[in-house]
Amino acid sequence: MILDFKHYQHAHCESGVTTNLLRHEGVEISEPLVFGIGAGLFFAHIPFVKVSGTPGSSFRSMPGTIFKRINKSLGVDIQVKRFGTPEKAMQGLDEVLKSGKPVGMQTSVYYLPYLPEAFRFHFNAHNLVVFGKNGDEYMISDPVMEEVSTIAGEDLSKARFAKGFPEPKGFMYYVKDVPKEINFEEAIKKGIKKNCWLMLSPPLPWFGINAIFLLSKKIKQYPKKLTPRKAALYLGNIIRMQEEIGTGGAGFRFLYAAFLQEAADMLKRDDLARFAEELTEIGDLWRNFAYSAARQMKARKSDLVSFDELGDMLEECGVREKSFFKRLEKVNW
Amino acid sequence: MKVNEVPQDIKNFKGGDKLRKLVYAVGKDGKYTGVNSAGWEAENFATRQAWDAMDETLAETEQKVKQGKLSPIAYFMQKCLMDEGLLAKYVGKWRWQVARHLKPSVFKRLDTGLLKKYASVFEISVEELVSFGQ
Repeated sequence: MILDFKHYQHAHCESGVTTNLLRHEGVEISEPLVFGIGAGLFFAHIPFVKVSGTPGSSFRSMPGTIFKRINKSLGVDIQVKRFGTPEKAMQGLDEVLKSGKPVGMQTSVYYLPYLPEAFRFHFNAHNLVVFGKNGDEYMISDPVMEEVSTIAGEDLSKARFAKGFPEPKGFMYYVKDVPKEINFEEAIKKGIKKNCWLMLSPPLPWFGINAIFLLSKKIKQYPKKLTPRKAALYLGNIIRMQEEIGTGGAGFRFLYAAFLQEAADMLKRDDLARFAEELTEIGDLWRNFAYSAARQMKARKSDLVSFDELGDMLEECGVREKSFFKRLEKVNW
Repeated sequence: MKVNEVPQDIKNFKGGDKLRKLVYAVGKDGKYTGVNSAGWEAENFATRQAWDAMDETLAETEQKVKQGKLSPIAYFMQKCLMDEGLLAKYVGKWRWQVARHLKPSVFKRLDTGLLKKYASVFEISVEELVSFGQ
């Protein structure tokens, strides 16, 4: 049984899945709008939490945040389920498919054979939609892919019960009902306020704007504290988090700028349009940082000057974003 | 980033060329739009570097297994991109237990049930596991 589900490619898995599920229910909504209302933009750098040997960095809020916030803000009725065993999780999926609903779910990336090997590692917060079953194969709409894919039931089951943080435990969700009228204006305002809070308020050095300054300082210390090989791997990891699949470019900054632009049109607010332009410039700075960092890695010279320069480039990103979010927070609604 | 600046540097390793991801860029009218990108030099370099580092470590581990310094579990664990902590969760053991199983002397004494568990996590046969590096 295969449902009539329209697949659209998006930049990011969580906002992409949410967008496609809502569109399936007839809600006209774009990925940037979902991302912005869901307050998806963030920055975190946690040096003492190592992911495959490199310090953890993130350009987005916690997995699941976008999805939760968008449903709360838009008043969508969502059914969420977790399971104790893979058997029950697959049975639960089949039942919802039979009832005619496409199902979103959290999976590992490692156990998705349709993804190119280059992108498959033990990352457990990927999202995709299952919209059909054909024999033992499931039909997959993975928002980062151009086309739909298929996957063997056994593989999907493994991906849904992957171990390690954050453990999916068969987590799945589907839309039960959407409201007839959606107050986008209110949802947009709430989303922007929440995102300003996320970037500006955490009183800890590892989150929000503070973490950009922290990383800037750390990078300047790399040549003193790390071997050239390690320093190159650390830098490389930041670039991957910022640019590899799923961010839409510049660590979600362009995606958020696209949101502000769309919000400006919807709410007829020129100030938001200007904020969008400004964030595009900031995104270009991040891209410039990644480009320069890659050049530094290629040279593999631990000469202090270029690491200092890289640190300065990040500091500028931090200064610009701090000023940006402080002004965005004070916008009169 | 403008639409005409979206990089199209093909990621030609480990199937990376099979995916043209979506990025957001500004068009001539000043409006954002989604554009497909084959990849970007900077990011391709970072991805390849990370894989090369893993391949290098894996080759070193393979040597150590052959020299009898590490058990085959060490090799397949790295091949599956895992560390002791993650592997421990998959086989239902403590991290320190998995760390012990990386010693050839301890590995030799593992019972068939546990070897089966390891082999199934690595998606290989018990025979492949125990004979690796011999």
